[in-house]
Amino acid sequence: MQDYSVVTFYSTHHALKAEKVLKKEVEILVVPVPRSISANCGIALKFPTSEAKKTEEILARNRVAFEGIFPWPNG
Amino acid sequence: MPIYFDNAATSYPKPPCALEACKDFTERVGANPGRSGHRLSVEAGRILYDARASLAELFNIEDPLQIIFTYNATYAVNVALFGLLKPGDHVITSSIEHNAIARPLRYLESQGVELMRVPVDPKSCQIDPDDFKKALKSNTKLIAILHGSNVTGVIFPIAEIGKIARENDVLFLADVAQTAGAYPVDVETMNIDFLAFTGHKSLFGMQGTGGLYVREGINLLPLVRGGTGSKSEEDVQPDFMPDSLESGTPNTPGLAALAAGVKFIQERGILNIRSHEEELIRKLINGLIEIDEVNLVGDISLDCRLPVISFNIEGLLPSEVGQILDEKYNIMVRVGLHCAPWAHQTMGTYPKGTVRASLSYLNTKDEVDCFLKAVGEISKRRRI
Repeated sequence: MQDYSVVTFYSTHHALKAEKVLKKEVEILVVPVPRSISANCGIALKFPTSEAKKTEEILARNRVAFEGIFPWPNG
Repeated sequence: MPIYFDNAATSYPKPPCALEACKDFTERVGANPGRSGHRLSVEAGRILYDARASLAELFNIEDPLQIIFTYNATYAVNVALFGLLKPGDHVITSSIEHNAIARPLRYLESQGVELMRVPVDPKSCQIDPDDFKKALKSNTKLIAILHGSNVTGVIFPIAEIGKIARENDVLFLADVAQTAGAYPVDVETMNIDFLAFTGHKSLFGMQGTGGLYVREGINLLPLVRGGTGSKSEEDVQPDFMPDSLESGTPNTPGLAALAAGVKFIQERGILNIRSHEEELIRKLINGLIEIDEVNLVGDISLDCRLPVISFNIEGLLPSEVGQILDEKYNIMVRVGLHCAPWAHQTMGTYPKGTVRASLSYLNTKDEVDCFLKAVGEISKRRRI
């Protein structure tokens, strides 16, 4: 089974900017944020954990503020 | 069909793509942007982001999230002025400002902000950038001016003012309500720290849309606090852009239309839009000059101006001219003081005001001909 991570944001506006800059390079999915991870904005981006470094690098390069990257909770 | 020459107030008609975008959002999406995690809310959020991104491209703003949406340019100016200025700060403006800047500054002056109004030449209706340099003081915090006057149609050299501000560590606010979309605006080359724009004029969006660009690193005290869809567990306002300055549900259908309006402008090219508008205003001014009873007000040179002209007809009040144009000729203009008493005081047309004709890219030469014929008839009829 593929291992997934999720990047969370303080604001939906930041999440949607992240979607714009990531979508051509990383396979991402906009998902509602699991409450166990964050109580900030309602949406997060789920992506294969193997792409975590690349994801972080793209976000940094485009100066998108994010809260954190967490393992996608199973079950 | 009415002939609509009141575009400096609100542009009409709008390009079909703007109406379509508004309808598409309302029919297909409809949800609240940035609030919920469901598909329609996310889609609404994307539409909002795309609107920010298209405006960022138009004004050469690096990060779209440094733009906050407001109801109009007035609201944007207020967010900047009240968020920045404190008693003891010195602010420089021009003596031809619209009330969007004049009134908040007059109020702030009553609260201890020092206000300096740089004179505007009554003939050329132009400012001298050197006067801004001379007005600088050790406590000058901000220069705040409009880019193009809604009364005279004159465009100010804001790049020069921005340079003076930057060289002297003073912040610069430009109100581009009249120029955005019809004249190039670049926050980098013009050194603009706060850009206040409205959606409903030459950007071809809906009423109730506008925004403020804030240069990264400048913190403004929020004018309004409330729900942002972020940090919902906290009862204090977030401190990051755009959420810090943007509370409550925005006018998403209107902003969808605004984004479509910007796309319409980009597709046609600002320089092409300008050249059509210049052709129309040239024809209009040259035609009005031919009518003996018409007194043109302010600068009538054709270089570097908006498609806006103010005039009076001898022996008639502006309101009478406006009424005849409306009732007899189905032509819409604005009469009076145009929310800019300072401008009329400068030009000597206070308190009577003027008749103002303001054109848009979507007006035609035929409409200008009809207008000139009507003004000619009104002038002659009065003489009999």
